[in-house]
Amino acid sequence: MKQMQFYGTALPNLGFEEYAGKLIVIEGTDGVGRSTHVALLRTWLESAGYAVLDTGMTRSVLAGRGIKDARSGHILGRLTLQLYYATDFADRLENEILPALRAGFIVLTDRYIYSAIARAVVRGADPNWIRAIYGIALVPDAVLYLRVQSAEELAGRVLASGRGFDYWESGMDLGLGNDYYDSFVAYQKLLLKEFEGMKSEYNFEVVDASKPVKRVATALRRSIKRIVDIDPAPPVPETMPREAFKAEVKDKAPVEARPNTPAKLPEPKARV
Amino acid sequence: MISYGHHRYPGRLFVVEGTDGSGKSTQLSLLHQWLKSEGYSVFFSEWNSSPLVKDTTRRAKKRRLFTPTTFSLLHATDFADRTERDIIPPLKAGAIVLADRYIYTAFARDVARGCDRAWVREIYKFAVKPTAAFFFRAPLDIAIDRIAAGRPQLKFYEAGMDMDWADDEEESFKIFQGKILDEYDHMVSEFGLTVVDGTQAIRTQQGQMREIVSRYLQEKLKEKTVVAK
Repeated sequence: MKQMQFYGTALPNLGFEEYAGKLIVIEGTDGVGRSTHVALLRTWLESAGYAVLDTGMTRSVLAGRGIKDARSGHILGRLTLQLYYATDFADRLENEILPALRAGFIVLTDRYIYSAIARAVVRGADPNWIRAIYGIALVPDAVLYLRVQSAEELAGRVLASGRGFDYWESGMDLGLGNDYYDSFVAYQKLLLKEFEGMKSEYNFEVVDASKPVKRVATALRRSIKRIVDIDPAPPVPETMPREAFKAEVKDKAPVEARPNTPAKLPEPKARV
Repeated sequence: MISYGHHRYPGRLFVVEGTDGSGKSTQLSLLHQWLKSEGYSVFFSEWNSSPLVKDTTRRAKKRRLFTPTTFSLLHATDFADRTERDIIPPLKAGAIVLADRYIYTAFARDVARGCDRAWVREIYKFAVKPTAAFFFRAPLDIAIDRIAAGRPQLKFYEAGMDMDWADDEEESFKIFQGKILDEYDHMVSEFGLTVVDGTQAIRTQQGQMREIVSRYLQEKLKEKTVVAK
C-alpha cells in the first residue's frame, strides 16, 4: 500500500488515501513505439498474475469522442484543445485510473500529463498554467520515457509503420513547415526538447527507444521489476493436480495434438 | 499565452453575473438594444454556446457523467472556445462585446461544488479581463421565486443533485444557490465587481448600468481624440 501523492491541488473530496495498485506511465513522442510496448507489457504482467488496466489519451467516455470529432475537423482553437485534453484526462483519472489503483490493478498508461504539457507549451501555453491544471494528477510509481535520438529517426519510424504522417502528429496547426515531413520534424524537435526539460522535473526513467523492440522490452521489464514483484511467479497451490491431469489427458486423448495447433475433432460418426 | 489583465484590445467587454433569477439577462438584453440604437457595433456572447463542446456537454448531462472536476474542465474548454472565437476577435475589431455570464460564474459554481478556489482561478487565466463586470445581487428567496414562476422543472446539475446535499430537487437547488451567492459576495472585492441591487425596478437598474457603460465608452472616445491629435 502506498499513499496517494499529487503534483499540485488534489481532486476535491480526495483525502490522504492509500492504494494497492501501481501506476506506470509509458511516455514518448509520436511513433516511438509506445502502444507496442504497452501491449507487450500487458501480456507479460497478466501472465505473471497481475490485473492490468491500460488507458491512454483521448480514450475517456466523457470527452474522447468530442476531441476526435473536433480534431478531425481541425476546428479547435489552441487553448480549447488543451483544456479538452485536460477534461479527458480528469475523466479517466477519476473514473478509470483511481478506481483501478484502489482495486490493486497495475495501470499502464500510454502517455500521461507530460505529453499534454509538452503539446500545450509548444503551442504557446504558459508552462505554469498548464502545470497547475494538471496538478490534479497522481504522481506515478514509474515514468518510463521512450527516447529516440532525433526527430528524423521518428519520421523514419512513422513511414516504416505504413501509417504515414498525420495532421496533428505533424503539428500542421502550427505552420512550422511547408509540407508534412518538414512540419513533422520541426514539431517533434520542439516536443523532444520539452520532454528533455521535464526529465528531471518529473523523474523520468529514460529508455533508449532506438534499440530493437526486444531490447527495449527487456529494459522496460527490468524497470518494472523494481516496483512490481514478478519473481517468483504467482504461487501455484501445492495440491494442483498437474501431473494427474496430464496423465488423464494422455489416457483419454489418443489424438496427438501439436502445440499451438487445435486438436483434431473426432471424425463424425457415420449416420446409420 | 496572454493572461488575465494583460490583453490590450480596442474593443470593450461588459459582462453580467448573478444567480439564476437575478435579472441579469433581462438587463443585458436591454443594454444590447440601447447600444445598438446608439449606433455601436455590438457582439453578444453567452455561456454554453460553443458548437464544438455542445454535444459532449449534452451527452454528459443526459448520462450524468460529470464529477465536479470534469464539469469544471469541460466548461472551461467551452469558455476557451468562446474566448478564441467570440470574444477576442470582436474585441480586436474594436466592437463592444456583451457577455451573459463570464468566468465568475465558473468560480462561483465550481467552488460551490467543492473545487479548489485557486485551481479554478488558475484555469481561467487566459480569459480577457472585462471592462466592467456587473453583479446583479438578489436575495435568495426572491431569485428562487422568480425561477419557480418561469420554470417548474429543475435539471439535475442545475439543482446540484450530483452533490447529494438533499433528496429533494428544490431543496438541493436552494442549498446550491446559497453557496453560489456566498461565492459571488466574496468575489466583489477580489475582482472589483460592480454590484447592482437586483430588487430595484428594472428601469432603475438599467439606468445605473447605462450610466456606468457610457462612462467607459467616453473614456474610449477620449483615447481616440488623443490619438487623432
